[in-house]
Amino acid sequence: MTGTADRLPRLLALVPYLRTHQGAELTEVATVFGINVRQLRDDLNLLWVCGLPGGGPGDLLDFAFEGETVSVIETQTLDRPLKLTADEALALRVAARALADVPGLAEREALESAQAKLAMASADLPELSDPGATVPLQVALEPESEVLSTVRAALESGHTLALRYLVPSRDEVTARVVTPMRLVSVDGRWYLEGWCQLADGVRLFRLDRMVEAVAGAAAEPLPSEAVPRDLAEGLFRPRDEDLTVVLELEPAARWVADYYPVEQATELDPAGEGPGRLRVELRTPDPAWVVRLALRLGGQGRVVAPPEVVAAVRQQAQKGLEALRGL
Amino acid sequence: MSRKKLERQLNLAMCLMATTRFLSVDEIADLVPGYAREASPDGEGAFRRMFERDKAELRELGIPVQTGGVTGWDDEVGYRIERRDYALPDLHLTPEEAAALGLAARLWSSATLAEPSASAMRKLRAAGVDPLPPPAGLEPRVAATEAAFEPCLAAVREKRALHFDYRRPGQAKVTSRSVHPWGVISWRGRWYLVGYDLVREESRVFRLSRMEGRVRATGPSGVVTVPPGVDLRAAVQEADPGEPMASALVRLRPGSGWALRHSAAPGPHADTVLITDRDMGRIADRVVELGAEATPVDAPELAEELRKRLRGALQAHGGEA
Repeated sequence: MTGTADRLPRLLALVPYLRTHQGAELTEVATVFGINVRQLRDDLNLLWVCGLPGGGPGDLLDFAFEGETVSVIETQTLDRPLKLTADEALALRVAARALADVPGLAEREALESAQAKLAMASADLPELSDPGATVPLQVALEPESEVLSTVRAALESGHTLALRYLVPSRDEVTARVVTPMRLVSVDGRWYLEGWCQLADGVRLFRLDRMVEAVAGAAAEPLPSEAVPRDLAEGLFRPRDEDLTVVLELEPAARWVADYYPVEQATELDPAGEGPGRLRVELRTPDPAWVVRLALRLGGQGRVVAPPEVVAAVRQQAQKGLEALRGL
Repeated sequence: MSRKKLERQLNLAMCLMATTRFLSVDEIADLVPGYAREASPDGEGAFRRMFERDKAELRELGIPVQTGGVTGWDDEVGYRIERRDYALPDLHLTPEEAAALGLAARLWSSATLAEPSASAMRKLRAAGVDPLPPPAGLEPRVAATEAAFEPCLAAVREKRALHFDYRRPGQAKVTSRSVHPWGVISWRGRWYLVGYDLVREESRVFRLSRMEGRVRATGPSGVVTVPPGVDLRAAVQEADPGEPMASALVRLRPGSGWALRHSAAPGPHADTVLITDRDMGRIADRVVELGAEATPVDAPELAEELRKRLRGALQAHGGEA
């Protein structure tokens, strides 16, 4: 909201906001409007010279400053905010709808009723108001989360969680005791971020991989290193000690590049007719996972490097074939 | 936007809200500071253009500038803003509802949707709705980072035809598509466009991340009609079918195969699981990664599928099958 094009809507909302928040701290108002105090003062100075025809003292917008607080004395016609625009109504209502459909979320009922009230607040949006119409934008958040309400309750009451947690890449179910920090949903999946006593660090746990989640004792205060990760750059962050793996994918296995975060992808048949092969580089802390992937690709994907992983694939495939003898 | 223009547009909006009758253009020129004709070099013409632009910009923000007759006896056009059309009505939100909306407003993590939902919340606050701080630690997030997202959503809302190059999985060549778009949906963390493919004459589902190059809307708005009862979610689910048609019993080595134990039904004996999926190939895809730790029980078809994959993997990695 710093661009000049957004400034008029901000000015129009600022006056009624001050009316309903008389004597508000300047810093607080600036935070609500996503600007700094200097920009806020500039907005107020601009508003101060505007008003109704006549331009006399009684016709202009008027504000009172006291210390670092501000009140509005004359709102002229701007005592209510403008109705929601179509974009605003769509963004808010689609989000409310998406969350209202998540089972186990305590806010579901409130979201349902708030949605109905919002319908009155927006410019005419037939595709949102007409029950028979197809909503142009929808979000289906992962619905299958039986553990969601357990995890949420522990988070809010400040209890630890005893987890039995599946680690498919190592084919393990591990027992963890976790102090919940936050529940996040990223790319359609729910994760618990928390302080893991076993790892002695902050870890993310996928809710659909919790084989069991039971609330435990009241949690100790979090250690100072327990800082939430910035998830804006994605969940997967390669580390220096991770292994770099090179794979060559036949056309039928190109989905791998779509599905896993790859560092580099090179077309191997750029001039060829029809589907081509792809060489990808990915980083993983877990060579066993690469071996599993290679078995699954059944010859449609080939590990090129490192050599010890190539040998492991060969060995595991051989063993698997022996186990199938006679079946 | 210059400061002068901001002041002028604010004054115009307030003037049109303060009047109950329609004001003629001449009256507006006299009443609203900033429109003084003598101030502009070409007088009347410049004033008119400025006024038309301001009026259009106010309407773009959603301000309902009405047009009507200035008097009952001639056809001179005038303008006003009815305050009840302008103002956000009182929604009587409960504190719980306000808090829930505050949570919903933070769902979007990409600017296209995050900005309008933040400005919607600001308007609600300006109307006196103060959401409690959102519940600590609960952060559902949906990103829309695909370049195709904005043009697709815009075309759906404007009901315009869309053209784009599309790469199907496993194919190197792109095909160019012409589609009447019906809706955009995020499902299992991925964005899809559902619509009617004009060349294939069928409804189709397209993943946004597989659209390449520029996504162009063409032709007039309003040409797309969404058939009644279109269910975006069902359409996407159907395009990625998961109807179980095959099943097989698998024995797991004790202490291994945890992903299968978690996702499949327990079998009749200890350390066995009954796996169901669309076909035997997909079951094999889920089992084969366990190598010697998972073996089929009375399921020769699965055993054959597993052998095929393991031989392929062995040969691809320099072994003799």
